[in-house]
Amino acid sequence: MMLRKNPLINLFIGSFYRLPAPININYLWNGGSLIGTFMVIQVLTGLFLSMHYCGNTLMAFYSVNHIMRDVSGGWIMRYIHANGASFFLAFIFMHIGRNLYYKTYYRKGAWMVGIVLLILSMLTAFLGYVLPWGQMSFWGATVITNFVTAIPVWGETIVNWLWGGFSVDNPTLNRFYTFHFLFPFLIIALSIVHLFFIHQTGSSNPLGNFSDNMKLDFWPYYGVKDILGMFLSLFFFLLLVGFSPDYFGDAENFLKANPMVTPVHIKPEWYFLFAYAILRCIPNKKLGVLALVFSIVVFFFFIFSKKKVLPSLGYRLVFWIWAMNFIMLTWLGGCPVKDIFIFMAQISSFIYFFFLFLLMVI
Amino acid sequence: MTTFARTAFSSKMSNTMHIIGNSFKPAAPVALKQGSPAVPRTNATLQKQGMFLTGKVSTAVSLIGPASVRYAHSDVTVPDFNDYRPKNVSNTAITNFREKEEQRKKDTKTFNYAITAGAWIGGVYFAKNTVELFIKSMSASADVLALASIEVPLADVPEGKSVTFKWRGKPLFIRHRTAEEIATEEAVNLAELRDPQHDNVRVQRSEFLIVVGICTHLGCVPIADSGDFGGYYCPCHGSHYDASGRIRKGPAPLNLEVPEYSFPSEGIVKVG
Repeated sequence: MMLRKNPLINLFIGSFYRLPAPININYLWNGGSLIGTFMVIQVLTGLFLSMHYCGNTLMAFYSVNHIMRDVSGGWIMRYIHANGASFFLAFIFMHIGRNLYYKTYYRKGAWMVGIVLLILSMLTAFLGYVLPWGQMSFWGATVITNFVTAIPVWGETIVNWLWGGFSVDNPTLNRFYTFHFLFPFLIIALSIVHLFFIHQTGSSNPLGNFSDNMKLDFWPYYGVKDILGMFLSLFFFLLLVGFSPDYFGDAENFLKANPMVTPVHIKPEWYFLFAYAILRCIPNKKLGVLALVFSIVVFFFFIFSKKKVLPSLGYRLVFWIWAMNFIMLTWLGGCPVKDIFIFMAQISSFIYFFFLFLLMVI
Repeated sequence: MTTFARTAFSSKMSNTMHIIGNSFKPAAPVALKQGSPAVPRTNATLQKQGMFLTGKVSTAVSLIGPASVRYAHSDVTVPDFNDYRPKNVSNTAITNFREKEEQRKKDTKTFNYAITAGAWIGGVYFAKNTVELFIKSMSASADVLALASIEVPLADVPEGKSVTFKWRGKPLFIRHRTAEEIATEEAVNLAELRDPQHDNVRVQRSEFLIVVGICTHLGCVPIADSGDFGGYYCPCHGSHYDASGRIRKGPAPLNLEVPEYSFPSEGIVKVG
């Protein structure tokens, strides 16, 4: 390889082209590049959607309709953007799951930046969901911003400040549009920091052992593998967008926001359902909100778990039970508010936190 | 909890084993000896050497102890893969390897090139369509295109009056000219005009002048029935247009634009 004097080219070669990667990483290591792919898709489609969207309560709903019906290719860009968010968060969950399974939270910097990225991504998705100004957009915004009222003493003041008024209305929509546009760039910047931390040590590998003596150049091996992963996921993604684009949507969002009438079955998008189930199963408002926040914040505490050792049989058992329970919790979040579902959600929530605690100590 | 493994190979084996557990410091050093080269160790011969018959491996694994046990296998030879290799590849001596590789690449050249070409064609098609999607999304949307042409009932324009309509976001002047105005405009000497055009090329029916109401100087909207020539006057920089929409005085370089229009039925003009 010729000696490169240009520091930018050197950086590119060292971080990508000739990045040393362990010889034995499997398809679970495709998560990062897939998240990046969907990040690019979301930014591109979002950019072009923003050329036609109007962030004012009088126009927002109709501008989305205009995009769907009048703008050339608008319908597919909107469906790609909406479903892209689902895929983006799905891959984030899988990525976190893989890191939890293989115990890579020993790498504290990368792990903590990763959890911050998770929080930012969830926030961005929430903000974006409000923009169409349908019934679910409005009431989802109302419910989630109302969490802030759980803060003692200043809760009410803060939420009015957040709303820019006395309820979710035009000022709220305007600022949500601004933040929805801004946060992705923050996510991109933090992703670079995330990669920086990871490249200090290089990728981990499924055996969990030291792998400096068995590395391959990233390109072409993992470059091509990543491209294959992108093709596969884009195939399923475009199947969804082309044949069932409203699958993850809610019928209520076809109705324009009505501040006077709350829908009977209100629920967030699927990626928030696990937290929603945890919130709903606790009959106390403040504790419920605390539990919801803690369900994400708990991941920060993994940096205090004991020194990295290989995942044992017991660890893997606990992990898989936790993972299945996570899916159960997601399903329960979408169930109506009936005693049996609340009871099941209480059990599931307990398992969620207790098993995460177990993962920290085993 | 510790994990241990003991291998009790018979004395036919001459290599010792090194157990790599989960400890961070190395265990006893590995003592490796060369296997006897006279005894080929392929899948066919291993059983004869009694590896499976006399070898005994045991492990003890705990629930929360380390889950993987690794051996240093220094005695296993690479099996014979010849049955699985493609026809044009074999494991002949390494001195032939470079030539064999060169030959193999030549043999599979057609297939490789065909797949590459197909991938490029598909990829370019996909890329072109994706770029086109984004670029097209910025062009006029269906609601804008729907208002690209308008139909105006001519009865809405009384004789002697100029009425302004909105067309493609711009003002459109429809002037119902009197006979005197028509005669005056037809008699104008073309040599006097900055942008020479006879009146009869600017109108399809002499009674109706249809022009875009945007001054050709810097884009302001002229005022109807004013100016020195009985037509339009632009207040921004003082351009005077006549009753045929031609520039007569002032800084504007060109006559008022005549759009595409037609008369699909009696009493209706369709512009655009």
